[in-house]
Amino acid sequence: MREFAYQRAHDVPGAVALLGTVPDARFLGGGTNLVDLMKTGVERPALLVDVRQLPLGEIELTEDGGLRIGATVTNSDVAAHPEVRRRYPALAQAVLAGASGQLRNMATVGGNLLQRTRCGYFADPTHTSCNKRVPGSGCAAVRGEHHNHAILGASAHCVATHPSDMGVALAAFDAVVSFESADGQGELALSDFYLPVGETPHLETALPPGALITAVTLPPAPVAAASRYRKVRERASYAFAIGSLAAALDVRDGVVHEVRLAFGAVASRPWRAREAERVLTGGPATAEAFAAAADAELAAAEPLPDNGYKVPLLHNLVVTVLTELAEEAAR
Amino acid sequence: MTAVTPLRGAVGTAHTRIEGRDKVTGAARYAGELPFAELAHGWLVLSTVARGHIRSVEDGAVLELPGVLAVLHHGNAPRVETDYSGLMGMRPDPSVALFQHDRVPCAGWPVALVVAETSEQAREAAEALEVRYDEEPHDVGLRTGHPGTYTPADAPHAPAVTAKGDLEAELARSTVVLEAEYSTPEEHHNSMEPHAATARWEGGRLEVVDSNQGAVWVRNELANLFSLDPGSVRVLSEHVGGGFGSKGVRAHQVAAVMAATLLQRPVRVVLTRRQMFSLVGYRSPTAQRVRLGADADGRLRVLEHQALSQSSTVYEFLEPSAAPGRVLYDAVAHRTAHELVRLDVPTPTFMRAPGEAPGSFALESAIDELAEKCGIDPIELRARNLPEAGPVSGLPYAGRGLLTCFREGARRFGWADRDPRPGLRREGHWLLGTGTAAATFPAGAVPSTAAITAQADGTYTVRITAADIGTGARTALTLIAADALHVGTDRVHVLIGDSDFGPAMMAGGSMGTSSWGRAIIAAADALRERLALTDGVLPEGIPPEGITERSDTTAALAARPPKERHSYGAQFAEVAVDVSTGEVRVRRMLGIFAAGRIINPLTARAQFTGGMVWGISMALHEEAVRDRASGGLVGNDLAGYHIAAHADVPALEADWVDDPDPDDPAGIKGIGEIGIVGAAAAIANAVHHATGVRHRRLPIRPDRVLQGEA
Repeated sequence: MREFAYQRAHDVPGAVALLGTVPDARFLGGGTNLVDLMKTGVERPALLVDVRQLPLGEIELTEDGGLRIGATVTNSDVAAHPEVRRRYPALAQAVLAGASGQLRNMATVGGNLLQRTRCGYFADPTHTSCNKRVPGSGCAAVRGEHHNHAILGASAHCVATHPSDMGVALAAFDAVVSFESADGQGELALSDFYLPVGETPHLETALPPGALITAVTLPPAPVAAASRYRKVRERASYAFAIGSLAAALDVRDGVVHEVRLAFGAVASRPWRAREAERVLTGGPATAEAFAAAADAELAAAEPLPDNGYKVPLLHNLVVTVLTELAEEAAR
Repeated sequence: MTAVTPLRGAVGTAHTRIEGRDKVTGAARYAGELPFAELAHGWLVLSTVARGHIRSVEDGAVLELPGVLAVLHHGNAPRVETDYSGLMGMRPDPSVALFQHDRVPCAGWPVALVVAETSEQAREAAEALEVRYDEEPHDVGLRTGHPGTYTPADAPHAPAVTAKGDLEAELARSTVVLEAEYSTPEEHHNSMEPHAATARWEGGRLEVVDSNQGAVWVRNELANLFSLDPGSVRVLSEHVGGGFGSKGVRAHQVAAVMAATLLQRPVRVVLTRRQMFSLVGYRSPTAQRVRLGADADGRLRVLEHQALSQSSTVYEFLEPSAAPGRVLYDAVAHRTAHELVRLDVPTPTFMRAPGEAPGSFALESAIDELAEKCGIDPIELRARNLPEAGPVSGLPYAGRGLLTCFREGARRFGWADRDPRPGLRREGHWLLGTGTAAATFPAGAVPSTAAITAQADGTYTVRITAADIGTGARTALTLIAADALHVGTDRVHVLIGDSDFGPAMMAGGSMGTSSWGRAIIAAADALRERLALTDGVLPEGIPPEGITERSDTTAALAARPPKERHSYGAQFAEVAVDVSTGEVRVRRMLGIFAAGRIINPLTARAQFTGGMVWGISMALHEEAVRDRASGGLVGNDLAGYHIAAHADVPALEADWVDDPDPDDPAGIKGIGEIGIVGAAAAIANAVHHATGVRHRRLPIRPDRVLQGEA
């Protein structure tokens, strides 16, 4: 394998500065995705800047009652944190639905958001067509193997999905991503964090060049206390989703006061189902309403020949999970 | 009945693996990690096109890279010999005749070897090596009705076609007829330990430290390929981290020998996980059609099983999926037939229970479907169709424990309480169902030699070219030797995995322990006779070099009466299916086997349950996806190619009924492969019982369940 330089950073400005010294440098968090991609030749960085020792490993309550999760907090620590479990249970469930115990001990929150798609054409450089890996080379998946590819928000240039479970829960809870670059600090709402696919699937996030994610902040969301993450995959553990749902529901007197819905494994980003939320809010909390809301969201779906099953899958997940949350609220 | 060696205490008693402590502490060294002075490292370069010719190998720039010692390719590699008869009389698969021509017959075909001082340097150089191709259109899609379909020659392990009776006339006479098509995907055996070999010339002999299923087998192939006297080649393979049919002679050994010969220093070649998906063989996808015709009482008038599989353009390999029907059930008209299509793909090979694994999915699903149509319990329907003699061979059975397995399994599984109607049992979101299927696998033995030395210190050393590929063979042979020598296991030392020990069966075909055990017992008998031993205690005066007796079982095996020799089993599964998400979970499985005398209950249970876990994977997970456009695989690693995770494996129970083979001195039939046979069908039958939907295409993925796709 190609030789690369490795340096450990000890403060955030130092990490950002180090990265800026080499054009082809990458931040290294847990390495659970980046190192794999280096082994297979998808990523060939000249320098790795290890950020795990940065002072970004805390989970703190914010003044307004939200949570601020440092970028180097491990997935395991997110899932185990009592305030995460109490205030945003779907987030803890989503994290625990991903990877394995060993991987979660290594993987970081910042790295999770930046992990790459597991599309088989992207992950194996012997496949020559992949616009995400080699811009302009085409998308082999559109006419090839795509049974676990996107049905929403994709383009003819790329139909890959974002693999994160955690990101789906973060999307449901309006997470805000903080970053620092050579030009200073900044913030991006998660809804603006991932770029539309369009003709540039290789451009994945709105982070400025050289920026380091420093934290993810969850605004206060009382509705999130009654939330759930449900993941469907092709084996019982240790597999990426073929469809997942983060849902939170606040029902008052049989009426939907507030609802949050985000889909996983259906798009190049965690997919916030705002149309379904709009249809549901203020209406009855019934299975019929849940089904109509799911259909409203999924009306935009553009399935390929082999991934159309995701439409009924997500429909069923919305109905099942919201029904469960409504029943639990009624108890 | 010939004499069965009486039990003396070791055989039949649970014994942990003799090398188990070494393995879990890391003391056991595998082929890719043994140190050698002056070791160089080779890295294979595989074709990125699926068909064509190599125009050029641009090795100039690569030879300038740090540490690079050589680049071998078709333009400079030594010639090898392929015109010989190898294992079971088969010609070698040209896939191992490395770098002999410029033709590329499939994606992932080895086109060059880069050798360097370190494996990292070799890998970097290999990835940098530019190979230019003249590409040609390729075809990698197996489908029924493919214009290239043909009936292959009889394979050494199975005739292509067997037929008796008038199918159409008997179908017309049948009250109930079932005709259905089943398919299984391309499946890969990816042992935990990758293929690895180190070759060196030592004292005028070629020595290859390897991970394989048969050191003598690999030695003979290498001797033939390189036109060497077999006596001048030594292959060592002490610990093997899984084989499953994939670890014979493969590109890595041939490449290592070529480079070691050229450089006159030790060269190691280790395959990556992704390379294994191209270089070590796989199970062909199958498209199978089963036609059954029966009287109203379920007695078969017609059994027809036709199976289509693929092979490469360079070698004919047949996956004999229609084989189970030649053993399990008779019918007035009985036909089992295979067809092949040659595609621009790597050559498939033996993968755990070749033929029986995919074939039993089709046949045992079809039997379940027929039982439902007849309104007869599927176990009872099977009981009504058990043949008195081999349906094809006419030979008597050397024991046929199938019904005993079903009766015992049904009792323990609670089958009697089963309501056969599908789709009735619900638990929350889950629909529940149960299913069963028969298992069968050939039993046999192959001529082998063994040597036992009585040592001056009162112990015995057994030398036999057996292979322990993780099965516990070394331990089983120790138990057999101890009983045959009338001593405790602590006085027996079994050495294996060295081709210098002489010809012996490989670890394959579920025939290793039977073949090796027979040779060990023969050598032990000879030694005991020579020393006039009444028990295992050695007399005074054993010389320092010990006293050795050798055995060869060729004559004894030739004298065995011809019979249908098989292990049997009954598989039971309970599944839960969420039809709103397509998820299938196996809740429990029970396998009852009649598989000869069980030598070591501890490792035998692991063999059976390991096969059943593989059956879960086959039913629900395993599927290699070949990209039509590029001809290569997509997702060819263990993240993309799913096998059952721990969470997919429920309470598994495997047990056996007493079934010693009367024609084997230790009563062995072989247990290596039967655990997977029928397991996928039992699960698929349970999914039907749960949902009312019959899944005839494996794996039963959530998307297929969700769409009710049959």
